[in-house]
Amino acid sequence: MATSTLGAPVADVGHGYTSTGLPNRKVGIWAFIGSECMLFASLISTYLIYKGRSLVGPFPHEAWTDPSTGHVFKPILNIPVTSFSTFVLLMSSLAMVLALAAVENAEVPKKTTGDRILGNSKLWLFMTALLGSTFLSCQAYEFTSFVHEGLTIKTNLFGSSFFTLTGFHGAHVTAGVLWLLTLLAIDFKRGLGPKDALNVDIAALYWHFVDVVWIAIFTLVYLIK
Amino acid sequence: MATLAAPAIAAPTPYAEGGFWGWLTTTDHKRIARLYLFTALFFMLWGGAEAMLIRTQLRAPNQHFLSAETYNQIFTMHGTTMIFLVIMPLSSAFFNMLIPLQIGARDVAFPRLNAFSYWVYLLGGIVISLPIFFGLAPNGGWFGYTPLTTSTYSPGLHIDFWVIGLQILGVSTLASGFNFLVTIINMRAPGMNLMRMPMFTWSAFVVQFLIVLAFPVLTIALVFLVFDRFFGTNFYTTAAGADPLLWQHLFWIFGHPEVYILVLPAFGLVSEVLPTFARKPLFGYPVMVYSLILIGMLGFGVWAHHMFAVGMGPIADSFFSITTMLIAIPTGVKIFNWIFTLWGGSIRFTTASMFAIGLVAMFTIGGISGVMHSSPPADLQQTDTYFVVAHFHYVLFGGSLMGLFAGIYYYFPKFTGRLLDEPLGHWHFWLNLIGSNLTFFPMHFSGLNGMPRRIYTYDGGQGWDLYNLESTIGAYIVGFATLILVYNILKSAKSGKIAGNDPWGAPSLEWSIPSPPPLYNFAKIPTVTSRYPLWDLKSPHLSDAHGGPAAPAQPPLPAAYEANASGKQTAEQLGIPLPYSTVKPFTAALGLTVMLCGLLLSHMENKTPEFVLLFGGAALLVGSLYAWLTSPLEPEHVH
Amino acid sequence: MSDASAHAAATTPAHDEHAEHHPGWSTYWKVALILTVITVFEVWIYYIPSFVATPYFIPVLLTLSAIKFAIVVLFYMHLKYDSKLYRALFVGPFSIAILAIIGLLFLFGKVAIRTSLLQ
Repeated sequence: MATSTLGAPVADVGHGYTSTGLPNRKVGIWAFIGSECMLFASLISTYLIYKGRSLVGPFPHEAWTDPSTGHVFKPILNIPVTSFSTFVLLMSSLAMVLALAAVENAEVPKKTTGDRILGNSKLWLFMTALLGSTFLSCQAYEFTSFVHEGLTIKTNLFGSSFFTLTGFHGAHVTAGVLWLLTLLAIDFKRGLGPKDALNVDIAALYWHFVDVVWIAIFTLVYLIK
Repeated sequence: MATLAAPAIAAPTPYAEGGFWGWLTTTDHKRIARLYLFTALFFMLWGGAEAMLIRTQLRAPNQHFLSAETYNQIFTMHGTTMIFLVIMPLSSAFFNMLIPLQIGARDVAFPRLNAFSYWVYLLGGIVISLPIFFGLAPNGGWFGYTPLTTSTYSPGLHIDFWVIGLQILGVSTLASGFNFLVTIINMRAPGMNLMRMPMFTWSAFVVQFLIVLAFPVLTIALVFLVFDRFFGTNFYTTAAGADPLLWQHLFWIFGHPEVYILVLPAFGLVSEVLPTFARKPLFGYPVMVYSLILIGMLGFGVWAHHMFAVGMGPIADSFFSITTMLIAIPTGVKIFNWIFTLWGGSIRFTTASMFAIGLVAMFTIGGISGVMHSSPPADLQQTDTYFVVAHFHYVLFGGSLMGLFAGIYYYFPKFTGRLLDEPLGHWHFWLNLIGSNLTFFPMHFSGLNGMPRRIYTYDGGQGWDLYNLESTIGAYIVGFATLILVYNILKSAKSGKIAGNDPWGAPSLEWSIPSPPPLYNFAKIPTVTSRYPLWDLKSPHLSDAHGGPAAPAQPPLPAAYEANASGKQTAEQLGIPLPYSTVKPFTAALGLTVMLCGLLLSHMENKTPEFVLLFGGAALLVGSLYAWLTSPLEPEHVH
Repeated sequence: MSDASAHAAATTPAHDEHAEHHPGWSTYWKVALILTVITVFEVWIYYIPSFVATPYFIPVLLTLSAIKFAIVVLFYMHLKYDSKLYRALFVGPFSIAILAIIGLLFLFGKVAIRTSLLQ
């Protein structure tokens, strides 16, 4: 029996129908994250390829004496500061996850003070942005001190690949912070609730991804010599 | 869809119909498709003119029609234009037109992003194409190898235009890649599971994955070159210890998937055209799908076959040689399946089907020379000679472009409501076939006889003269054939035969609605239960096993089908919300372009113009994005 | 009307994901704790020259980082609890990215394996 595929008197699908039951924007952000994996893979590969190939210093993990001036450059990377900023960024992911949970549960009545604190979306959005900004400040401090110590983006292969890689990452963090602050502003203006959960979720996924990229960078650039 | 805030900017306008402003603010995928189609056809003439100039210069030894310097610009722009401004946008035209219609959707996932992609393409195309009038066109080849394209060896603006133009164009492609990826995953009609999707949508699906994975690598390769040229970094500076192969690897990790991006849409179109004109379902649909997926995946593992002559060593050479040979298998399978689709069918030779069959033949020739390249020892002779030029023109001209032509003849009625003239189409086809073979076949021989690529002239008596003359004559024939196509399009758009919904008797959903479709595409989204919905309905004996047994007489068309087929009601009457028209995608595209063009001024003494463009452009971009993201896509409810 | 209910079902996606298991505060702080501990450990071993000199240093660091990466993706990004489609959209491109990095490292001679068996 030739089943009529077009003619069956089925009620029209509602507007916003999806084949998977998943929201377009969330599918989109995961596709975007996949694409960004390739972006950062290219940056990271280049850094690793050029590791140890700079003809002149300063170098990341070892000292170098400039033969023409006799100036001694100490190893340029500052592990303690970067370890701190890494920790800060990791904690920002925790804050982000709490912010999302707070938005999703905005209409659930809170019984204890602890619940109220955990459920305060403004607080956690602010904390995420604050921790992210702290990370960026550490990066800014790091970069300016490197420049003072003689490493610029033009100095050698290490400078070029390091600043470009971490700069791209930092630009992504900056965009994320601006996104979070926009969400925070909206939260103050009209409040964020379950209907906004998708938009906050997308921001959260972006934020966490930026964090995991840093996990990779911290290990491959800072800890491995 | 949840929005973040009530519109803080001016209230959104209802759907703007006509006029310049209507086109500038459109978010309708069908209009955007037309914009892509006509812009790409314009650039096809442009790139074709560049080809004619090349062939005129090379018609005989020691010609002085073009200087060496000019020749470098012309051949660079010919490649860049054809790849980025013609073939990819022609494919985009089809993605835009067909994907929502084939999957039974009313729109793409992100209509404003869709519009943005087009405007960025147009502006990027202008940025990269205008410099030729000032003798400043890019001149480092379409592949821009470093260190030649670094500031040391290419000072001046030529390569600056290339890197900036390509970065802009890359944004366009990436944006549309995400859009169509989500559309195909998420907006299929009920019952259309992945294995019931039309083949064009399947090939588009694989292509979007290739785009979102390959273009970021090109972006970074270009970023490194931009940084080297504008900010003094050392990524490609050999004096600082940089590796000249870094660019090549990054470029070809993008570049090889790119060639599949160029050809798979054409393959998809052939898979639509041949079953219709053979009156037979596509032979081996599942295998065709798996082949597409395999080509896509393997396509990321073959890139260094473009680098067999750089000295990577035997292990690398062998690895890439094997993967390249492997990828010929799924490609060959598709060729066979197309042949078996025709076999035993009742074939109608329309211009569309002739071009589709032409692709099968021409791509096979190109594929054979391709497999010959896959052997590194053989490639050492072939690389950088005209043998390679022959190969890629057979697959790109004989493959991609012929497939796209098939699509143009097949789908022009759906775009415009009118058929292209068949007799003119036949002239176009035959002249094109004869001309392109006359142009590119002799290149196999001049190449094997040692004629290098990218030379602006050559001495006579080396065994190349006759082949070059043949190629030039062929090129002129192709040029003439192309003019016939352009004339046909312009004439038929106004006075072609009215097509109706389904002039060809085709099986898929896009033919169930009027030509051109109404704004909302489908009055009622259909429920799909097979691969060939229209054949089920109108010609059940044609469907494959899923469709059911033959019916003796055509059943009466059900009422819902009539609603889709008539398209007479308006969106308001049907209660379908349509996306608002908005100029924000255009202004965002403009901001992006202006911002990146600011870098072009960085060589000037006076830094003010550069900063004005950089910050002005950035402000326009960010402002447009902010307004775009905080305003609703479409009205909440209709009436 | 079916329109409205379909509309509602499609536009409150929170229902879809949280119909499945939803991690709570206890999962979140445990993940944060593990991340902190691993990071501290990584930095700690960085400062032990005798361990750094062994061939285990790099594999250990890479493994620890992979664990951090995985738990953020699985728990904070919810991939463990969400639709398999998201997993596919991430794992596919991520795998290609890793293969690209490894391929490039081989091609540029960065991986300490004899690359010429024919000599």
